[in-house]
Amino acid sequence: MNELRIGVFVCKCGSNIAGFIDVPAVAEYAKGLPGVVFARHNLYSCSESGTQTIKDSIREHNLNRVVVAACTPRTHEPVFRAACEDEGLNQFLFEFVNIREHCSWVHMQERELATQKAKELVRMGVARVALLEPGEMTEVEVIPSALVIGGGISGITAATALGSMGLKVILAEREKELGGMLNDLYKLYPTGEDAREFLDKRIKTLKKFKNVEILTSSEIKDIEGYIGNYNVIIKEGKKEKDYKVGTIILATGALTYKPKKVSKGKSLFNYDGKNVITQIQLENRLIKGLKEKKVVMIQCAGSRVPERIYCSRICCMTAIKNGMLLKKANKDAEVTILYRDLQTYGTDYEDELREAKKAGVKFIRYSKEKPPSVDKKKKFVSVHHELLGRNIEIPFDLVVLSTPLIAHSDVKKLSQKLKVPVDEHGFFLEAHVKLRPLEFATDGVFICGCAHWPADITESISQALGATSKAAIPLLNLKVTVEPIISYVDEEKCTGCGICEENCPYAAITKDPETKKAKVTEVICKGCGICASNCPEQAIDIKHYKDEQFSAQLKAAFEEVKT
Amino acid sequence: MTKRSKEVIVIGGGIAGIQASLDLAEVGITVHLVEKLPSIGGRMAQLDKTFPTNDCSI
Repeated sequence: MNELRIGVFVCKCGSNIAGFIDVPAVAEYAKGLPGVVFARHNLYSCSESGTQTIKDSIREHNLNRVVVAACTPRTHEPVFRAACEDEGLNQFLFEFVNIREHCSWVHMQERELATQKAKELVRMGVARVALLEPGEMTEVEVIPSALVIGGGISGITAATALGSMGLKVILAEREKELGGMLNDLYKLYPTGEDAREFLDKRIKTLKKFKNVEILTSSEIKDIEGYIGNYNVIIKEGKKEKDYKVGTIILATGALTYKPKKVSKGKSLFNYDGKNVITQIQLENRLIKGLKEKKVVMIQCAGSRVPERIYCSRICCMTAIKNGMLLKKANKDAEVTILYRDLQTYGTDYEDELREAKKAGVKFIRYSKEKPPSVDKKKKFVSVHHELLGRNIEIPFDLVVLSTPLIAHSDVKKLSQKLKVPVDEHGFFLEAHVKLRPLEFATDGVFICGCAHWPADITESISQALGATSKAAIPLLNLKVTVEPIISYVDEEKCTGCGICEENCPYAAITKDPETKKAKVTEVICKGCGICASNCPEQAIDIKHYKDEQFSAQLKAAFEEVKT
Repeated sequence: MTKRSKEVIVIGGGIAGIQASLDLAEVGITVHLVEKLPSIGGRMAQLDKTFPTNDCSI
């Protein structure tokens, strides 16, 4: 092997790291580590001048290994890897040491100890980088077609957008008809459009695309494969068919929470589906025309409570819109909205609230501690009025509960088939809430609409278009590049016991029927390392995370600090 | 795909403009990102940490 020439760059991250760690001291310490020929500190390593410094140093000092001690590889590893590649240094000869999340942010009160820990982390990184090996990205061919699961407004929008790019699309809907929740709505905010007309227009546009195959009453039976090459079995009615697609968009939507009817005892706000109903049931009645004059709406009914802590986001605007519709249909209608907080964000929505107040819709605030109670016998809702400081009674003909959107009960099945996670409420969990909001950690699968979190139509459409752009990239490029951080088998050591096959969460490793040895399908492997850690013969290793690389790192961890 | 020879102008170099440019560039479209200030990044470049993950904004 050539002489080791390691460069170490310690980042201040403004004051994020330098505020709690003596960064120059860490850089100075790094200079004395084995193999290190150059070390320095930067204010922001990820900035243009920061990466330029790294590049210049690689050239000037003829570096053949690089360590950056900074923030998190999750957001910044690609930046520094690219800097290495730009200077002709293989990107896998780079090691990221996290001294922000793993050090400065968690030891804000202990500058000296944090500095010492940063030194140790850098020492471990240097020990590891010395043993890294160059790797090459591999290219995989992509089948230029997409599967959209769910035919509500999100799925329809995604399928239409993909269709308009000329790509082959399969749109699978579980119900007999497309449209999802829109089928149950009356008029839409903030435009006042008729939901039926709105939906019909969009379905008509979708059906113009001959390259979009629409499957209704259909169910996803099985999905296997990886980005670019998914094999999907869909059951439509009674017949099952195989489809091959390159990417998948999840648009399975959500349900509106319907409180349980209780014959004896109490249901949520005495819900009965007759005089105490949900907003979605009200929409249905509005289509037919509503006789009731005195309507009381209760917001956050079943949401922002301990069992469902999230805000359902759409209910404030739904109540305001329906309140206005009732007022418009009947001037004598008395509409009262009991709310905890009102979220009418943006430009159009706040206007609606103003209009509703002008039209005479009454808004009364209640607190979570003193919620309203519905007396069905006396026909009034009793609520503690915060400004008056006493209880008031509001007579009603109809009580409408603004219940939240909740995840489908069988969401787990799909999440397991696709190997993508859901949160504690059953909503699909994106790869990164801010940086990758429409993607999953699993490549090739994307998310939009209410399956992700409660969203209104405007938001669902925006997300669907975003997910489409993302899903279309590999389909238009006809190829994807895959990292070489994968497992490999030493066939001489492998006894063919099959433990790795049993434990692989991606079905990437199987026993070859001919050789009776474990075999890795490289594109499917995510390099998680479960096979390697379970192998009784130590016949499996992970490229870029080899045992010897870990051992060197661990050994370095327990060395004395030479200061 | 003949469409790929086309070019796109993105007006505004904040986070929205940057993301749009990146996605377009990834399918091989030539992008001209136009920003009126001397540097791109917009509002996000002025922030330190952003909620809810507390990522460094830069």
